[in-house]
Parts: sequence; C-alpha cells; structure tokens
Amino acid sequence: MSLEHLPKPEELVKEDVLTPPESPWMDTPTVFKPGTYSFPTAAKNLKYLGMPNPREWSPTDKDWKLPDNWKEIVLDGIRERLLKYRSFRVFMDICVRCGACADKCHFYIGSGDPKNMPVLRAELLRSVYRKDFTALGKIFGQLAGARELTYDVIKEWFYYFYQCTECRRCSVFCPYGIDTAEITMMGRELLHLLGLGINWAMEPVANCYRTGNHLGIPPHGLIDMWEFMVDDIEDITGVKVGLPVNKKGAEILFVTPSGDYFADPGTYTCMGYLMLFHELGLDYTWSTYASEGGNFGLFTSHEMIKRLNAKIYAEAKRLGVKYIIGGECGHMWRVMHQYMDTMNGPADFLEEPVSPITGTKFENCKTTKMVHITEFTSDLIKHGKLKLDKSRNDKTITTFHDSCNPARAAGILEEPRYILRNVVDNFHEMPENTIREQTFCCAGGAGLGNDENIEMRMRGGFPRGNAVRHVVDKHQVNRLTCMCAIDRATLSALCEYWAPDVTVGGIHELVANAMIMTGEHERTVDLRGEPLIPEEDEDV
Amino acid sequence: MNAWSSLFASLFAVIGLVIIALLGVAPAVGLGTLFGVVIPYVAIAVFVIGIVVRILQWAKAPVPFRIPTTCGQAKSLPWIKADNLESPYNIWGVIGRMFLEVVLFRSLFRNTRAEVADGAVVRYASAKWLWLGGILFHYSLLTIVVRHIRFFVEPIPSFVALLSSADGFFEILVPTIFLTDIAFVLAASYLFFRRVFIPHMRYISLANDYFPLFLILGIGITGILMRNVWKVDLLAVKELAMGLFSFHPTVPPGIGSIFFVHLFLVSVLLAYFPFSKLLHAPGVFLSPTRNMANNNRMVRHINPWNYPVKVHTYEEYENDFREKMKEAGIPVEKE
Repeated sequence: MSLEHLPKPEELVKEDVLTPPESPWMDTPTVFKPGTYSFPTAAKNLKYLGMPNPREWSPTDKDWKLPDNWKEIVLDGIRERLLKYRSFRVFMDICVRCGACADKCHFYIGSGDPKNMPVLRAELLRSVYRKDFTALGKIFGQLAGARELTYDVIKEWFYYFYQCTECRRCSVFCPYGIDTAEITMMGRELLHLLGLGINWAMEPVANCYRTGNHLGIPPHGLIDMWEFMVDDIEDITGVKVGLPVNKKGAEILFVTPSGDYFADPGTYTCMGYLMLFHELGLDYTWSTYASEGGNFGLFTSHEMIKRLNAKIYAEAKRLGVKYIIGGECGHMWRVMHQYMDTMNGPADFLEEPVSPITGTKFENCKTTKMVHITEFTSDLIKHGKLKLDKSRNDKTITTFHDSCNPARAAGILEEPRYILRNVVDNFHEMPENTIREQTFCCAGGAGLGNDENIEMRMRGGFPRGNAVRHVVDKHQVNRLTCMCAIDRATLSALCEYWAPDVTVGGIHELVANAMIMTGEHERTVDLRGEPLIPEEDEDV
Repeated sequence: MNAWSSLFASLFAVIGLVIIALLGVAPAVGLGTLFGVVIPYVAIAVFVIGIVVRILQWAKAPVPFRIPTTCGQAKSLPWIKADNLESPYNIWGVIGRMFLEVVLFRSLFRNTRAEVADGAVVRYASAKWLWLGGILFHYSLLTIVVRHIRFFVEPIPSFVALLSSADGFFEILVPTIFLTDIAFVLAASYLFFRRVFIPHMRYISLANDYFPLFLILGIGITGILMRNVWKVDLLAVKELAMGLFSFHPTVPPGIGSIFFVHLFLVSVLLAYFPFSKLLHAPGVFLSPTRNMANNNRMVRHINPWNYPVKVHTYEEYENDFREKMKEAGIPVEKE
C-alpha cells in the first residue's frame, strides 16, 4: 500500500468519525481491512529467535494454525503475568471506565474505531481476565463484563494490540495512571506465546540479534555507510572527521539507532554526531556489535528487551569505556532509561559520567551511566563550548515534535528545546495539547511503521499532522524537528500526507549545520547538500 | 449485551434489592434481625476481608520495572528546572504527586475533548466537567460518611457536629437538608447521565458501571427520604447502629422500613466493593506509573525475578563476521 491509494487527507477523517457504531463491541467482529494491519512474522525470524510456533500464515486466513492448546497457553500466560507484574494486576482491577482516555488516543481520533479507545483496548483483555480470574465474572458472565476467550478474541487482540503504539498518552490523562502501553505489552507477549506477531517488528528483532542492529547491516557494511558520511562531511565542510570504530580504551561508547546510518533524513543527524564529536576532539567510539540503540524487543516481550539490550553493557565492558552516550531515539530511550540497568545492570564496571569538555557531572545518570545526547550537547552550549552560527539555519522554520518515550517515560523536554533555540532563529511550538507530555505519536512506533499499515498510520497520524498544519499556516513552518529515528522515518510519510512541504529532521543535523568547525571552508550547502540560502531568495 | 440492557439489568437489580429489603422487614415476614444485624455484619466482614485480600494480592505482585509516566521535566542538568510534582525525582515529589492525584484528581483535571470537524480538522476543548463531577461526588460522599459517625458514637465528636452544622448552614426546610446530600445526588446523577447521553460513554459502559451508580444513588435517595420525607426514629437508628458497633446488636422496634432499605443497599455496596471497579480507591495508591520516582538513571531498580536470558554474545558475533571485519579494518579479538 502507498499514500496514493488513500483518499485525500481532508476526506480521510470525517466530522462524524467519533460516532460509535450500533453493535456492542463484544458482538462486533474484527475485519482485517487492507491498509490497517501489519503482515505476520515470517517463520524464519521466529525460528532464528527460538520463539514458538513458526509458520507461514495470514491474518485474513480463517485458520491461524494455532497450537491445539492455545487457550490453555494464553490463560496460563495471563496467570503468570498477573503474578509477575503489579501494574498488570492493578490495571486489570481498577479501571472505572470514566472515559477520560478515550479521545486521547491518536488511533481513536483518526479511525473512530471504538476499540481504539484505550479503555476498550484494555477491556479486550480485561473481559477475559474477568471471566477466568474474578469471582463475579465467573458467576455473572457478560453481566459482569466478562467474556469467553475464543478464537475470535485472539484475532481481535492481534488486530488491536497492533493498533497501539505504546505511546502512553492515555496514561497521562488516566486518573489512576493506567498505562495502555503496559496492557498492550502484555497482550503482545500473550500473542507471541502462540506465534502471533508482526514481521515489521520481528524481522528487526531477528536482525538485531544476529548483526547487532535492526536493519541487519553487517560490520563491514556499517563501515561503508559511515565512511560515506565522512566523505560527504568533507565535501560540505572541508574537514575530514575521524571515525573511531570498536576502539578499545575509548572514554565513551556512542550508541544510536541504526535508522540513522541507513536512510535520509536520519543520516544527516548521524553526520551531525560525527561532526560534533570530531570538533570536540572527543575520545569516543562507535561499535559494530552495539550498533543499535533501538530495541524492538520493547514491542515484543520483556524477555526480548533484555536479550537485545544485553549487548550495550557487554560492549561497553569489552571496550573498556568509562560511560555511554546515546543518540536521538524515542523508544530506545525508554529502554535505556527505564529497563536497561534493571535488566542488564549493574554497570559497576563503568564510571559516573563526566563531560570531558565542560567537567559537568551528569548526576542524573550515576547508576545507568548513560547520557542522552541532548543532555550532553545542551551542557556544551550552556558552557559556551560550541561556536554556533544560527544564520546557517535561517531557511529552516522549525517546530519540535516531542517523541512519546523521551517525553512520557523519561521527562526529557527542555534539553532539546534549549539546543534548538541556540541553533535556529525560527522555532515555533505546536499547540500545547499536542506537545511535551501531551505530545501525539507519529503513529508508526511500536512496530507499526510499515507500508502495509499505511491507512492506519495516516489515521493515527492525523492529530500530529493537524498540529503541524496549524504551525505551517501560522508561522510558515517548513521543518519538523524530532529526536527519534522512527519519527524521522514515519513522520516523513505523515508530513507528505498531512502537511506537504514540511521536511523532517533531527536536532543534531541542525546543530552541525550551525556549528563552526575548526579549519572548515566556507559552507554553501547544508548537510543535505542543499544551498544554505535558497536559490529563489537569491533571485529576489 | 448492549448499553441499554446493561443499564436496565442494573436498574432492575437495584430495584430488586429494594423490594427484597421491603419484603424482608415487612411485619408479616419480620426479618428485622437479618437485615438489621446479620447482613450488615456479613457485609462488613466481606468488605474488610475482601479489601485486605485484594491489597495483599496487589502488594505481593512485584514491580519488576520502574515505569512512571512522566508529565514534566525530569531532573537532569542543574540549570534546567526540574518538575518534582509531574516528574518526581525523590520521595517528596512522589508524595506530592500522589497527594495531587488522590486529593485533587490532578490527572482528570487535564481532561480535554477532541472535536473533529469536516475537512479533517481536530480541536481540543477544555473538558473539566468530569473533574468537577468527580470531585463533588467523592467529597460529598466523604462528608456524608463522616457525618454518619454521629450514629455510632456517643457523645458526638465535636468535628462531626461542626461538619454537620456547616453542611446544613443554609437551613433549607426542616429538618435541614444537607448541602452535601444535594451535591451528592446531583453529582452521581451527572455521572450517570454522562454515561447515557455521551455516545462513546454509553458504548463503553458495562453493567459494572451502572450497578454501583444505581446502588449509591439508591443509598443517597433513601437517606434523604428517611430524613426529610418518611422520617424515621433517629434515636432508634442510633441505638441499632451503636449496638452493631459495640457488638451488642439489637433491633429496636419502630424503625421505618425505608431505613432497612438504606442499610441493605449500603450492605450490598460494601460486600460488592472488593469485587468491583470500586477498588480504584485503594488501587490508585498502588499504580506504578504514578507512585514511582522518575529517578531511573540515578538509583538502580531491582527486579526480584530477573532471570538470565539467551543472548548473542560478542564472541558469537565476531565468529559470524571475523573475516569481513578484518577486511574492513575493524579490530577483532581473535585473529
């Protein structure tokens, strides 16, 4: 599927979209409409990872080739997770269906499908919980909101737990903090017990397990990509930046999502890192083994998060670095911030991070020993360590998209803004209901950023697209800046559809554009190879 | 089951409960002791044991990961102002955040309403009514419960007397109608009608939502009726209540049936509580997205069931790619 097959943007979402259907949700069958679901995991990926029930199948098949005892597997899986996760147990019990979460979900606003209201997404699982794990549900059945776990329920779970990007916006508004990401994660874990997953998440997982990165780039391929960037940087600036790879004894290991090596516009951000670290003379290294900061395990299971994340500390230890800096990525930072140390720590072989340039101790990272690149760079700017020429970004009128996880799972809100204000003159915020902790998802996170799911992505991207369109009309914004690799990929399509003429890029692309490097020649083009001063302006 | 059948099933269930109580205490049946003593005792026992069991069940489940939802700037660099209430970095921040959540319904106060217009435009309107309704409902309920202390102890504690006189300040009618009684019925009705009239609310509502609302409205209405319309002998009620409270239960003669309906509905509510969504009251304290500090990178969190997993080690990785790595000039461990 591609964007051309979709209706025009102004016709995709109609005024009456949020009017619920007549049939009660428990009686509404799930329809797998092309464009709104993701393709299932290829058998080879499940086999490689040693996960259950590898086979070829399609969601539109009647028979999903589940194991005979599928029901028992799922119920046992629920039982196990109720005992292991307080979050799950409490969230199953305490929802009052006040509805505050309902219209906070981008997929609900864009699709109007009531099962995309966070409250109903949780009820898909909660109804089964009631039936098999609560007294009232056992006795009163549907009267107590309980329902039997059937084959159709499994299909419904597959459809709707893969129509949630685990963005946690609903949990900001929930009076009890019920977090649908947590529910979706449990739902997906249960589905994986039956061999039900989506390939766009699981192929990266399998790749990452083997090659260290989601895109499956082997070590020599990485070198090619990085060297290509080094050459580009030399063309643009006249400076040949260093490229330390797998360097033992470096002070800092740098880890970033592999999306930044691979495709525009992520590559420009990656060039930004190379330039920044070179200019600082930082003693750092890239790693081909820990060549992925992102972690699609987060969209698979807690066990898979740990399996993929283990390489970060392992590589830091092998290389003997003092601490780790992490690049611009969203879900990666949920993993690094909320899971890594607990799962694969303690990182007692590392040192508490100190900036070698400013001497700043990053006290907020003293146990995990991993610093967010915007924390590192904003500290540099605050101490006046970078020579910045904002005018080199003058043609860029930007707004900032808070990525879900840095905003709602880590609270990194001001650092990127501080950097932006120091490297561009034209920075305009989107409306307050759509930024910071209330930010709207790109609708392509959590493994859903694939082409076959394009209609649902554009529907889910509607609130974000609308906010971008708002600042385009008001401030002539032409750049959506974000600090997430998935964003850089998915927001590009989103903008193409909802706000044409807006490009997408990372923060460190703009930093590197503005940063005056020692020994550079006069720059005429930006990192994209486009003239610093647009040609039509010259004509005027 | 559609929304209307859930609604009517709940309504009929509560009406049924009223009829049961009325029949039970009718002179011809004479089950006053059952409805005045036995059922209340059983209900309280179920309530207390049920809640304790449920909280223990929650508390026993570990919190493997520290997963607060952050709603403000985290503590990072010293010159960036951290928001300790929305993204707490220490215990005081967590206490403050929980206080705002539990006492002032902070998160609900954020509520907005998305409105989609033709041409694919979405706007967000302020929507504080739910917050207001929720606050009114819960605080009137709290006041009413506290006022009821005067039935259980003698002499009446001064704060209860003070609260009652403040609540009846306007001295509307005789006996005075309490402001909180009115507020309570209005707020509960609002919570009910929004479920009926807002389409998506009707769509998501279950009998689990209507039943407790009808029950609690029934309790409120019978309470008002026996105070202001079919007045019951309050001294006799107090004798019964104090008897229950001191474990010397008696059922004094001459208490109107409406009181037993009120008491029976309260008993059902108490017994229903530990098995229902009413658990949100204790549950909010245990919600990991709210009651944990966002200090993940500062203080290590331990997962009690952390277990070793299968990983792809560097050694295996190098074995896969050694020759290519050497060709590309990447240092390797084993030549």
